[in-house]
Amino acid sequence: MKYEPWDPALAAEIIGRHASLDGATLPILHALQETFGYVDREAVPMIAEALNLSRAEIHGVVTFYHDFRSAPAGRHVVKLCRAEACQSVGAVELADHAKRRLGVDWHGTTFDSRITLEPVFCLGLCACGPAALIDGEPVSGLDAAAFDAAVAELRA
Amino acid sequence: MIRIFVPKDAQAVALGADKVAREVERVAAERGETVTIVRTGSRGLFWLEPMVEIETADARIAYGPVKPTDVVSLFNAGWLAAGEHPIRVGRPEEIPYLARQTRLTFARCGLVDPLSPDDYVAHGGYAGLKRTLEMLGRPEGQTAIVDEVKASGLRGRGGAGFPTGIKWSTVLLAEADQKYVVCNADEGDSGTFADRMLMEGDPFSLIEGMTIAGLAVGATKGFIYIRSEYPHAFRTMTDAIAAATKAGYLGSSVMGSGRAFTLETRLGAGAYICGEETSLLDSLEGKRGMVRAKPPLPAIKGLFGKPTIVNNVLSLATVPWIMANGAKAYADFGIGRSRGTLAFQLAGNIARGGLVELPFGPPLRELIEEFGGGTRSGRPLRAVQVGGPLGAYFPQELLDTPLDYEAFAAKGGMVGHGGIVVFDDAVDMAAQARFAFEFCAAESCGKCTPCRIGSTRGVETIDKVTAGIEPEKNLTLVRDLCEVMTDGSLCAMGGLTPLPVLSALNHFPEDFRRAPALMAAE
Ligand SMILES: Cc1cc2nc3c(=O)[nH]c(=O)nc-3n(C[C@H](O)[C@H](O)[C@H](O)COP(=O)(O)O)c2cc1C
Ligand code: SF4
Ligand code: FES
Repeated sequence: MKYEPWDPALAAEIIGRHASLDGATLPILHALQETFGYVDREAVPMIAEALNLSRAEIHGVVTFYHDFRSAPAGRHVVKLCRAEACQSVGAVELADHAKRRLGVDWHGTTFDSRITLEPVFCLGLCACGPAALIDGEPVSGLDAAAFDAAVAELRA
Repeated sequence: MIRIFVPKDAQAVALGADKVAREVERVAAERGETVTIVRTGSRGLFWLEPMVEIETADARIAYGPVKPTDVVSLFNAGWLAAGEHPIRVGRPEEIPYLARQTRLTFARCGLVDPLSPDDYVAHGGYAGLKRTLEMLGRPEGQTAIVDEVKASGLRGRGGAGFPTGIKWSTVLLAEADQKYVVCNADEGDSGTFADRMLMEGDPFSLIEGMTIAGLAVGATKGFIYIRSEYPHAFRTMTDAIAAATKAGYLGSSVMGSGRAFTLETRLGAGAYICGEETSLLDSLEGKRGMVRAKPPLPAIKGLFGKPTIVNNVLSLATVPWIMANGAKAYADFGIGRSRGTLAFQLAGNIARGGLVELPFGPPLRELIEEFGGGTRSGRPLRAVQVGGPLGAYFPQELLDTPLDYEAFAAKGGMVGHGGIVVFDDAVDMAAQARFAFEFCAAESCGKCTPCRIGSTRGVETIDKVTAGIEPEKNLTLVRDLCEVMTDGSLCAMGGLTPLPVLSALNHFPEDFRRAPALMAAE
């Protein structure tokens, strides 16, 4: 995934494009994150002004939801499922392996800024777990070897 | 021109369906075969995915699971003429897993092109809306439609099982300048994927159901709130809305009736609590997803303070079938007060995971053993969690419990959204109880103390138990915490977390007594 460096003018344009939607806050935050890979602090007052809400309100929304990052992610994002159905086929062990392999904890990014590891509670792929979304692409039936292979592909 | 159907359901894609589609296209071109590849949803037989179907003169013939490396040999075997091959499974409808089902809500899923309104209509779609529009032309038309939904016995498929017709009737009777229909597509429960499958495989049935709901109660605008963990469902649903609008099924004059109904999709942002309907409404309004106190009901004061129908994907997507076939035909399925069918979802440690739509009432064992084929690991089954993270863990001894709302509740369980998660004997039930508290602590909206603080205390206390620190005293504390959470929580997040915890404790006490007891003084 390729993200733009933070750019207030581009952010203003994105905010403007979504501001007239009903309940525009989440659509704006998603659009910003999609473009920049995270939601920059500077965006908060800009959104507040566009939607005629307080900064505190927007800040509250950004921090309430697990999806929104406050710092740029690595070039690739691996969202690993932690929920029960995946647990029943080894997701806990897989998560431990993934953390060791990448040298990060949840939400951490590898030293080379390549890969960010995020937890997720269910991807609706529960019949063939353990599951993950790698840069938005679904993968299932993961084990340690399949995880390592996927990571090697991201680093290639 | 031979049509080849390859699923683009997210589960099928996770198993390689996109690669298979590309390889089929490549090999067909190489051999000069003129084929059209149609990307469908999934039939829900996931152990056979990617399952590719070939259209022959009299039937579709399925092959699966297809790997990209199988494609050349499939062409060599003459699959375009239904030729023999080790992975040929024959007519999908004759596979026992599918043949034994009653597909009403999922009748078209995996069969049709999800983005073609024409294909939808060719397979019986929009018959329900047509009848709805006819009924609207008669006096008391709206009441008659709501009565039809009431008479079907349809209860909310999101978990709580509230009668859908009664909810609609409240919204119909509410006076307002604007009303809304909101579809809850947050499907946060682990072990569930029916909403996802339907949105990816037959999105027009949801669009039609919401349109009928809107016309029935006088709402002109609808929103579908889809969790961000479902990027594929979000794209398909958004594209299907555009296609339906273009074809005149949505917009200022639905099917030329002069009546308006429009739809928009919205993306959640990774918060389980936003599946709770009032939290979802706050989220849709652009706020933090805090649970609201009820009353007022969303049916009276919902989205932006206006009367709002909030229904699960499957509740809404079942309405077209009911309107097309009549309330009685639907109510004839099921048992007791659980009428119609439920889309059960077989997940976790299961040999044949997938979607099984059946009339209410089969015993849990039938689903797991006859459909699911037992555990995937081949080891003995030890526990089953039904109804998502807030559902109880059942031991072997309770597997004969029939799957209907009341019978399941009588055994301390919850059918919920129909997710069935199987665990083999490697499971540590103390760890599962701990996870239930941990999940609640992570996902609580934070409004009430018992839920917010109690769940964190729960994690710490279970840790003490498993470390062998005063286990009896701490287990008593776990039970006390559960009681406080049950009694003092505003919504089912805090209120039902005790269900998995206590069922683990009651049915599997040995797992909580593994550590050698330490002295209290240590
Ligand atoms: C914590 C919590 C999470 C919920 N998650 C969902 C969900 O993901 N999908 C859903 O349809 N209902 C969910 N519900 C139930 C909704 O609050 C509500 O009952 C439902 O959307 C009503 O629609 P229905 O009557 O068609 O089921 C949840 C409830 C709670 C308390
Ligand atoms: S029980 Fe938990 S999630 Fe529900 S309202 Fe209270 S704090 Fe929020
Ligand atoms: S529990 Fe992992 S995908 Fe559903």
